[in-house]
Amino acid sequence: MTDTTISLKHLVKKFGNQTVLKDIDLDVYTGEIVGLIGPSGAGKSTVIKTALGMEVADGGVAKVFGETMPNRQLLANIGYMAQTDALYEDLSGKENMQFFAAMKGLSKKDTAEEIKHVANVVDLTDDLNKRVSGYSGGMMRRLSLAIALIGQPKLLILDEPTVGIDPALRRQVWKELQHIRDEDRSILITTHVMDEAELTDKVALLLDGKVMAFDKPDVLKMQYEVDSIENVFLKAEGVL
Amino acid sequence: MRIISIMNRVLKELFRDKRTLALMFLAPVLILILLSFIFNSNSTTDVDIATVSMPSSLNSNLEQTKHVSVTKYDTKKAAKKALKDDKVDAIIQKKNNDYDLTYANTDSTKTVAVKMAFKNAMTDTTISTLKSKLTLASSALTKVQSQMPNASANNNIQSKKADSKPRITNHYVYGDSNTGFFDKILPILIGFFVFFFVFLISGMALLKERTSGTLDRLLATPVKRHEIVFGYMASYGILAVIQTIIIVMVTVWLLGIQVVGNIFYVILINLVLALVALSFGILVSTFANSEFQMMQFIPILVIPQIFFSGIIPLDSMASWVKDISYIIPIKYSGDAATRVIMQGQGLSSLGSDIGVLLIFLVVLTFLNIVGLKRYRKV
Repeated sequence: MTDTTISLKHLVKKFGNQTVLKDIDLDVYTGEIVGLIGPSGAGKSTVIKTALGMEVADGGVAKVFGETMPNRQLLANIGYMAQTDALYEDLSGKENMQFFAAMKGLSKKDTAEEIKHVANVVDLTDDLNKRVSGYSGGMMRRLSLAIALIGQPKLLILDEPTVGIDPALRRQVWKELQHIRDEDRSILITTHVMDEAELTDKVALLLDGKVMAFDKPDVLKMQYEVDSIENVFLKAEGVL
Repeated sequence: MRIISIMNRVLKELFRDKRTLALMFLAPVLILILLSFIFNSNSTTDVDIATVSMPSSLNSNLEQTKHVSVTKYDTKKAAKKALKDDKVDAIIQKKNNDYDLTYANTDSTKTVAVKMAFKNAMTDTTISTLKSKLTLASSALTKVQSQMPNASANNNIQSKKADSKPRITNHYVYGDSNTGFFDKILPILIGFFVFFFVFLISGMALLKERTSGTLDRLLATPVKRHEIVFGYMASYGILAVIQTIIIVMVTVWLLGIQVVGNIFYVILINLVLALVALSFGILVSTFANSEFQMMQFIPILVIPQIFFSGIIPLDSMASWVKDISYIIPIKYSGDAATRVIMQGQGLSSLGSDIGVLLIFLVVLTFLNIVGLKRYRKV
């Protein structure tokens, strides 16, 4: 549990005059699920994009697997799922997965096995050969998650993965995420669903471009003297 | 490997979008067929010819030609006014022994009709004069036989007179003697179709990748930026080759246009042009936030290309306007394709045109690969 997968130190990010990230310190260790919560516009997506190397920090250092980002090679070990589904709708679910597997550099043989596995996790096995344009919203979300899971990446970065997924499947997805954690892989996840935040190992509360609190859910609840992460959120925002 | 995967994916998407495919392959064919109808409907063109100081035999011969009506004018000035007022389509004037033809040439089919009519009338007239000369000669011959010593000198004079054939000078109010308008614009049009559709569809495709988030997802894999650009090039290159082949086949077999040179060169030229259009479309799409904004580039970036492509003769333009044409890709493809289709020239003469297109291509491709840095910093 000592290796850091993601290490953000004094991260500053500006877009024009607007400083989105003021001073972010965040560490994700190997075999840990870290939840990132915070109101809209707090900079959750910017944290993710900087960790992926899509944006470059204006100050501070972002390291993944001990290497400074941006680093193209490292992306092979990162599974990313954005807020938008980001799928090719004219292709079938399987073709989408095959394409992104090829982009990640997986061999054909591995790809077939991986697709079988992840399709099972998100319960899409029967619909793999349908075109994505015929998918429901929830199915697209699941396919998007499945693509992020392909190749057994050491680090998963998931932006709101469970939006539009029904409770039974959500439970299944979380079971898989915990399974991934137990394989000593790391997950950075943003969410709006507060009872999901309770399922993480650590919660980072992002507010105004700063990490207001970063600890285990139970510790946070004690600190803020409330009984749920939702109330921690509200209290930190000053609503409660 | 990734380049091939990207190419396959783009092609798969394209071939499943039947409407876009139909637009790319059928729309140019439809437009070409319509254009050929419009510009080549010369079966019953009526022409009015103004004649000035013409021999009456020639005049009557002209008048006997079908679909031709002749008006006599006393002066060239009056005839020119009629030409300007669109009352007549051409003026034929006899100056001493020579003929001066002036065509309005706004409609090339009429010009051709006048030329034909005049040629026929001339032939008829020459034949009848030859006939009368022949009778003259034969009577002279009988005379000569009686006066042998003078014969050779006399004969020489006679033949000299007959040899002084009338010179025919052609003038064009508009354009030049290049054959039909459709023949002239066809090589340019092929290029324009390729450019327009590849530009639009590839621009839209990349825009969609950006707005749907697939570009971000793609860039979140270890794919290299140039692999994305080259993958797109490969797929749209294939598409452009198919499109060019269809267009050329239609023009050759359906419209009966003669391609003097090697069709393969035409395809090669259009392939290079398509790649230019592709990189241009991708570059421009980064400045658009929606499909509608992409459409807004058409009147700004695509339509003006028609004006400078050579469809409208460039030599009549002011020199600074002419200079604009040097940055118009379609001009180079049009020039090169014209050389192949109409003049049958080989690859060596196309070097400079294709070279310029390749420079466009390299610069735009480089800009695109660098430009993708906007979305991933490495």
